[in-house]
Amino acid sequence: MATQDAAVAPLFADHSDGIVRGHRGLWSDAWRRMLQNKLAMLGLGALATILVMSLVATQMNVVERHAPHDITTAKQLGPTGDHFFGTDQLGRDTWARTLEGVRISLQIGLGTQLVVLSLGLFFGVLAAFGGKLTDNLVMRFTDIMFSFPDLLFIILLREILNGQGIKFLTGTMVMILAIGMIAWTTIARLVRGQMLSLGERDFVTAARALGATRWRIVTTHMLPNTLGPVIVAVTFGIPTAIFAEAALSFLGLGIPAPAASLGTLVADGNRFVQVNVWNVVFPAGAIAVLMLSFTFIGDGLRDALDPRTRG
Amino acid sequence: MLGYTLRRVLWIIPVLWVIATLTFFLMQAVPGGPFTSEKQRPPALEEALQAKYGLNEPLWQQYATYMGNIARGDLGISFDGDRPVSGIIRHSGFISAQIAILSFVVAVTFGISLGTISALNHNKPLDYAGVLFATVGASVPNFVLAAFLSIIFGVELGWLKLLGWGGPPEISDIFNPSAYHPSKMVLPVVALTVLPAAYIARVTRASVLEVLSQDYIRTARAKGLSEFWVVMRHTIRNALIPVLTVIGPIAAILVSGSFIIESTFGIPGLGRESITAVQRRDYGLIMGTTLFYALIVAIANLIVDVLYAVVDPRIRYR
Repeated sequence: MATQDAAVAPLFADHSDGIVRGHRGLWSDAWRRMLQNKLAMLGLGALATILVMSLVATQMNVVERHAPHDITTAKQLGPTGDHFFGTDQLGRDTWARTLEGVRISLQIGLGTQLVVLSLGLFFGVLAAFGGKLTDNLVMRFTDIMFSFPDLLFIILLREILNGQGIKFLTGTMVMILAIGMIAWTTIARLVRGQMLSLGERDFVTAARALGATRWRIVTTHMLPNTLGPVIVAVTFGIPTAIFAEAALSFLGLGIPAPAASLGTLVADGNRFVQVNVWNVVFPAGAIAVLMLSFTFIGDGLRDALDPRTRG
Repeated sequence: MLGYTLRRVLWIIPVLWVIATLTFFLMQAVPGGPFTSEKQRPPALEEALQAKYGLNEPLWQQYATYMGNIARGDLGISFDGDRPVSGIIRHSGFISAQIAILSFVVAVTFGISLGTISALNHNKPLDYAGVLFATVGASVPNFVLAAFLSIIFGVELGWLKLLGWGGPPEISDIFNPSAYHPSKMVLPVVALTVLPAAYIARVTRASVLEVLSQDYIRTARAKGLSEFWVVMRHTIRNALIPVLTVIGPIAAILVSGSFIIESTFGIPGLGRESITAVQRRDYGLIMGTTLFYALIVAIANLIVDVLYAVVDPRIRYR
């Protein structure tokens, strides 16, 4: 791809204003713009820090310091040098529990988007290439799923999946599937719309004229071009999924104990808030920082990948 | 235009039908029934209960009966105390509607003002403050906000009440001032409002900035119109068209938000009813609330599409 572009570039380079701009592809261009976006970099940095911390925590005592489920007599402490975030009503270390919660939230956020991406791509491509009847059926189905009250759907599906008694369906897995199966509609609409508009574009006509197969046109010419908006949508989907899981866990409808997601931690802390406010402050802060980071990254990606603002 | 509106209205019927069907079979797939409980009932009683509510009939027959009843406008009864579902929806829905309408009005007023002020002060401190609110407001979950607001205003300062809803419980009390208790209304509404307000502010700001860069704004300024009238007559009115589109998503946000806020503050609204309905396997109530919510979201989307065509004459629907 890159070598091809390099060969073509001199032909189309714009010399009229006397400035010869070195050739850059969409992705390196986008990355350069991303690097200049301070907020996006802040989000990326915060997220990388959180990710590394929550991942090494289970391996290194220096980071985790206490096991998240260890019940001790040191109950309802405020932040100390030993317990960074204090302890809860059972004397469990809030720092370790928050790290575990962050790990669960990240799994939910990323896992959900994997489900969303598979379903969204499948239905989007099916609608765009399946003929008029299929298109109509798939898109009407998408509309209907879009108007389904999403929290009710997640709660229902969670009850069903939890009741199956399948080992593979852990608490986290159930939430990932339940949230993913209602959240795919945006991606499906996006992919279909992009595919349909790309199908009209000259470079696709050119590829067709050159005798490229339909499969090749879709996979090498069209899918890469839908990638930008899809990446942006997926990035914004992560905080939405994290929020949905946290909210349901807060209501006691999330991941079952003893695993504690950030929503469960906030709910637990909230019950004893008059004794110790820190057990609400830290997990809630963690949710906010996670969601803000993904929002900043999403904003940055959108600005970086939007061809209208490419300069 | 009329044909388009009519088709959009009629489209709601198949949408609700499919949602009803999906919900019916999903909830039947949920393990356990409404009469499964810890304490063992005598089998004869169990059987009598099943027969009373028609739960011993084949699934397809139950489905057909239910759909037939819905078509006649009968939502059935709740297993919890044999109350009619329509009555529960009317009662708790009235409370939820108050919260949602108040939040909607506050969110629209606040969001549009904030977005406009931000855009008019582009890249100045006021703009940064507005953007900060819009970003943080969109990233702090409403239950976290509810928890913090409760700590500050309920526990520490003791200004506001933490549980229940302060609006009139019945429609007949709506003009009775003594039925209103503002100290029990502020927190739920604020907690529910921040996210949609932040969302509207974001969209409004982008839209106003876009309009301000248009040629007709330059023309308006060039002909000597004062900045006040440029903003009031030319900018805001045009900028609000794209903002209309967010009403649909906002309705969905308010619906999910009401689930969380009502549970957090212990408000006996529809959101809380539907969560307990799922937990109790109260089939009639699950169906009723799901359909009601789907109808609200569908109507909101319909209003947006029709309004959009009305305010923007460039848009024409086939």
